[in-house]
Amino acid sequence: MTTATEVMKPPRTEVGVLGWLKKNLFGTWYDALLTVGSVAFISVVLYGVTNWALTGAKWGVVTTNIKVFMVGRYPYSEIWRIWASIGLFAVMAAITGVVWRLNIARARRAVTISWIVVSLLTVVLLAGFGENTPIPRVPLAIWSGLMLTLTLGIVGIVASFPIGVLLALGRRSNLPVIKVFSTMFIEIVRGVPLITVLFIAMLMLPLFLPASISGRLSNVLRVMVGMTLFSAAYVAENVRGGLQAIPKGQYEAGRAVGLNEAYVMALIVLPQALRAMIPAIVGQFISLYKDTSLVVIVGLLDLLGIAKAVTGQTEWIGTQKEVFAFAGVIYFITCSALSYASRRLEKQLGVGER
Amino acid sequence: MENERSGASETREMIICRDVHKWFGDFHVLRGVNLTLRRGEVVVICGPSGSGKSTLIRTINRLEEHQKGDIFVDGIELTHDIRNVHAIRQEIGMVFQHFNLFPHLTAIQNVTLAPIYVRRWSKDKAEEVARQLLERVGIPEQAEKYPGQLSGGQQQRVAIARALAMQPKIMFFDEPTSALDPEMIKEVLDVMVELATGGMTMIVVTHEMGFAREVSDRIIFFDEGNIVEENPPDKFFSAAKEERTKLFLSQILHQ
Repeated sequence: MTTATEVMKPPRTEVGVLGWLKKNLFGTWYDALLTVGSVAFISVVLYGVTNWALTGAKWGVVTTNIKVFMVGRYPYSEIWRIWASIGLFAVMAAITGVVWRLNIARARRAVTISWIVVSLLTVVLLAGFGENTPIPRVPLAIWSGLMLTLTLGIVGIVASFPIGVLLALGRRSNLPVIKVFSTMFIEIVRGVPLITVLFIAMLMLPLFLPASISGRLSNVLRVMVGMTLFSAAYVAENVRGGLQAIPKGQYEAGRAVGLNEAYVMALIVLPQALRAMIPAIVGQFISLYKDTSLVVIVGLLDLLGIAKAVTGQTEWIGTQKEVFAFAGVIYFITCSALSYASRRLEKQLGVGER
Repeated sequence: MENERSGASETREMIICRDVHKWFGDFHVLRGVNLTLRRGEVVVICGPSGSGKSTLIRTINRLEEHQKGDIFVDGIELTHDIRNVHAIRQEIGMVFQHFNLFPHLTAIQNVTLAPIYVRRWSKDKAEEVARQLLERVGIPEQAEKYPGQLSGGQQQRVAIARALAMQPKIMFFDEPTSALDPEMIKEVLDVMVELATGGMTMIVVTHEMGFAREVSDRIIFFDEGNIVEENPPDKFFSAAKEERTKLFLSQILHQ
């Protein structure tokens, strides 16, 4: 008995592996041509790369210098402190994951506060105090390698976000002084390349500040400040874009129920604006992270700086390919992790949106 | 109910507008409006679009600023003093044409937000009151949904609950049914009728003449920035004096 509602199966050529192949790879003659051409090209490249990686490459340069790549000039006797920091972060990440997955509302605040405490603890642990303490001081100036890259990236991201939000709010402020200052800051910074900002931080700052102050600021700290302010200007513009997308009715509804302007901003407008701008802001963070490689120019040894130094050693001459392939892979992994985190965040915050 | 309302009408006025003027740039939107609203009174304002009727109620809770004239709400003068503005906004609940719910919060969070942050209620108390209000507007089962998951009529009812959560003495409705699909208008009007018969002081900007006839004490015809004429519903429909009112009525009643 056939009824009108009985499910009719699609033709066999339209489903399964064959259907997929036909639809996606060999739909027309030029599709087929492109498919064959691409497969041929990819095979050649892949063969070349694997062949080189497995037989020709001298990976010894990476394995021998792995510590140098990771921590640069950080004293090897103190490396346990780095492991301890990584351990702390891993524990925190695990706790956070559990709390969020099980949706334990009451623990969230505790977790947020612990993150701040743990972060400060890590900074103290890594930088140390003075001589004759269990954790002797390791001056920022000698931080290098992947450790420096990550430090600059994390500090830049964490510090530039709130500054950027404040600048964006400042640019929309009704107070002329704040508005003009924010607008000028954003426009000037955006009108200048990052390298210029780094040079200003390195070379010009000592001219402006008394020697007693500028002498104490290590190169790394100055670069951190420069990169943070640079990134903050771009974050501010992203946030401003998000703020503009919020309809006037949202402000009015907030005011009409009696909320003051600060609450309207913090509870209604900013959450929506930031949520909408997550992809753009994370994009800015990824580019900030990659731009940390520019610090080589002002003499800091980040991951790329170390890579260059390693290839300069006489025993490893001719190993640029291996070294830079390795650095590339590390950048790829860290950047993918960032964009993965961004997608997760978007998904989690996007529940029920419109 | 009737007795209660007429009894309350002897007490002081809830809203007084005296010679209120407002300009948008060079455009003179409100041209010396005088309006008095007694406690428990339900007033419907109708009139052509662009006549300034929405602007008038938005001026009374300072979503727009008036440039000349005096406004008093429950004895509080509307001045530039932000404390007066906040005090007045807490007296008045507002329902918008486009609902203006907060899309990132669930229905119940929309309702509890202001009580928690303005009235400083505990979360538990605010939620208890919010659930009662959602019950009252007939959608208790939608509490955990986001505005985007609700129909227009349901969203507008959440918006009414959100306004009521601050326990206002006066409710403003700014064309509350204009953005709704026809089959959802009644569910919102029913809630408004329930409020009106319960003794709430209300100003409703609307063209729902059935609602006006049923529950309003006064209907005001507004045109070109001022009140053209006002009458109780029976007289308003049958014995309009002004030509403009007659024209308007003929347009909206025989469309």
